[in-house]
Amino acid sequence: MSDAVSDEKTAVAADTIPGQRDMDPAEPLMRVRDLKKHFPVKGGFPIKRTIGAVQAVDGVSFDVFPGEALGLVGESGCGKSTTGRLLTRLMEPTQGTISYRGKDISRSTRRQLSPIRSEIQMIFQDPYASLNPRQTVGTIISSPMEINGINPPGGREARVRELLETVGLNPEHYNRFPHEFSGGQRQRIGVARALALKPKLIVADEPVSALDVSIQAQVVNLLQEVQREMGIAFVFIAHDLAVVRHFSQRVAVMYLGKIVEIADRTSLYTGPRHPYTHALMSAVPDADIDAEKKERIRLEGDVPSPISPPSGCRFRTRCWKAQDKCAQEEPPLIQLSGNTEGHLTACHFPEDPTIEARAEDIVLDPALAALEGEDD
Amino acid sequence: MTTLTKPEDAPAPAGSDAFLSVRDLHVRFSTEDGVVKAVDGLSFDLERGTTLGIVGESGSGKSVTNLTILGLHNPLTTTIEGEIVLDGKELITATEAELERLRGNKMAMIFQDALTALSPYHSVGRQIGEPFRKHTGASKREARERAIEMLEKVGIPHAQRRVDDYPHQFSGGMRQRVMIAMSLVCNPDLLIADEPTTALDVTVQAQILDLLKDLQQEFGSAIIMITHDLGVVANMADDLLVMYAGRAVERGTVREVLKSPQHPYTWGLLGSMPRLTADVDEPLTPIPGAPPSLLNPPSGCPFHPRCGFRGEVEGSDRCVDIRPELPEGRGAACHLTLDQKSRIFTETIRPRLG
Repeated sequence: MSDAVSDEKTAVAADTIPGQRDMDPAEPLMRVRDLKKHFPVKGGFPIKRTIGAVQAVDGVSFDVFPGEALGLVGESGCGKSTTGRLLTRLMEPTQGTISYRGKDISRSTRRQLSPIRSEIQMIFQDPYASLNPRQTVGTIISSPMEINGINPPGGREARVRELLETVGLNPEHYNRFPHEFSGGQRQRIGVARALALKPKLIVADEPVSALDVSIQAQVVNLLQEVQREMGIAFVFIAHDLAVVRHFSQRVAVMYLGKIVEIADRTSLYTGPRHPYTHALMSAVPDADIDAEKKERIRLEGDVPSPISPPSGCRFRTRCWKAQDKCAQEEPPLIQLSGNTEGHLTACHFPEDPTIEARAEDIVLDPALAALEGEDD
Repeated sequence: MTTLTKPEDAPAPAGSDAFLSVRDLHVRFSTEDGVVKAVDGLSFDLERGTTLGIVGESGSGKSVTNLTILGLHNPLTTTIEGEIVLDGKELITATEAELERLRGNKMAMIFQDALTALSPYHSVGRQIGEPFRKHTGASKREARERAIEMLEKVGIPHAQRRVDDYPHQFSGGMRQRVMIAMSLVCNPDLLIADEPTTALDVTVQAQILDLLKDLQQEFGSAIIMITHDLGVVANMADDLLVMYAGRAVERGTVREVLKSPQHPYTWGLLGSMPRLTADVDEPLTPIPGAPPSLLNPPSGCPFHPRCGFRGEVEGSDRCVDIRPELPEGRGAACHLTLDQKSRIFTETIRPRLG
């Protein structure tokens, strides 16, 4: 079975390349403005009432341009997956607008959405849970075409076989069931399903984090080929900063339901301005033991609960630069002086745009500070 | 401590002066589908106060090895051969009572998922204090004091109050700290950390890894760090063991293995991993195919079906027929000659890593 996977097979047949048909590359494909999703928290006895809300996504705005890959990074609970589900309208937004090619789809009904649904597809994290175990691969990949009433020339089966080949699987596995495939192969099936309708935008929610390192690279390469050759825009959601950097031209960093910084990848990874972005970058362990020394920032504790997030700037409770202003005023997401075009940061007291080692490490963790203090 | 009962004429295992010495370890499980060779001829040494990183993908046998050291396998379905000597004490032949005296005392483990590894029914203070009471005979009050001390050490704020809380009242990072406190409560000489930070967020992972490093300096424990993340071992370990399909395929110091790797599988791992500083236009170079099933591992070198350098080996079928041995000390279990390895790495692999 494993011999069916071959990376050479991922080459895309020339006639299936849709390119960036009739799209202006300067016009955003998707425009998200002040998007919010609050999940009610119920409690009380005997009558349950809404006693609060998990502010999973609380006012995010960004654009996705045709053919580009936008990365969303952040730690668990920052709202990146919820954002992905809102974009595909698998969830109803509480507030805000999502426009797709100039049309507001945030309040559209199912019927209004159906022509758009085929253009926005999703790839899920868990390749075991996202494929129906009782359907064959052929059924799984052809059902999007069936639902949307699409009859490709040559028939659906031929199209499915072509897709299987595109994602590097053996077309003869058409009648097999998901359990006959390994995790990496299942994720390829998920990719084939997402490609079945020739989408213009794919939201990929942690598409490789459940896979082993060597398999992860295979799937990243596959997605990259698909993105380049078919001109599909991606919203790539992941917690792994290195994978996101490798895949996405632009990256947004989220913290507790907000975007704290967004920029093109070079600007973000070499010149971050938000203290949280600095902390994230410095926390990634580097496999290169001779790499130039980076700054060392060790935050205290975990991310606070999104049920009652801190006032003002949400990062202030773990920030070494926090002052009164941070608690009172929420910093707007703006382009700071000295930042390149499109590099937006939400911070009152931004850091210098460098990740070089500082004169003194920032160690906020009390246990570390105590243990390291003893050494001196 | 009971002394080792072994036939007089048995040859002294090589490197038996090491603090922990594993020699030719084989672990097999019988399952419904057949016999799984989870660990197949593994040998390594570990010195006091040092850290050994074990890297490998799922199913490479890295976790099984360490459960075997602790004697946490199911004796009904598991066959174990070989030798595990901890500080002069043979562990495979040890009785359950002897192992119980060692576990939590001389050797301890940190598990990946703190929520399932901690009991939901007992307060964290009681769970931390339990091994301390058992091994030192301390009273309840002393154990509680010790638990508070340990919680403070690992950075739980308000330890005095939180000692009576239950695991679900802690966040993920804090639970992992509780587990570290529990594993260190008896000052173990050997600490096995099985993917201790895989379930954690990156900023919390950085805190926990640094904490382990700092505590190691204070307690002087030897650590076995099991992970799939080469970045984590680069940060933590002194020596490195790369495992594939139940076997060690490469061994050396962290610098040797990461800077001049010799095994095609290690090359593949390095090429699969995006780095924060690598050239983004350079595509990743994944290993083709998928890891083999341990029910029926490939003959010869287990990596040969996925290896791109088989053609370079003199006498093309040696990889399929003959299992390459891992030399003592620095080296890789591969039929390529040393010259070939260093040439392929410098000419083909390193330029791609950026």
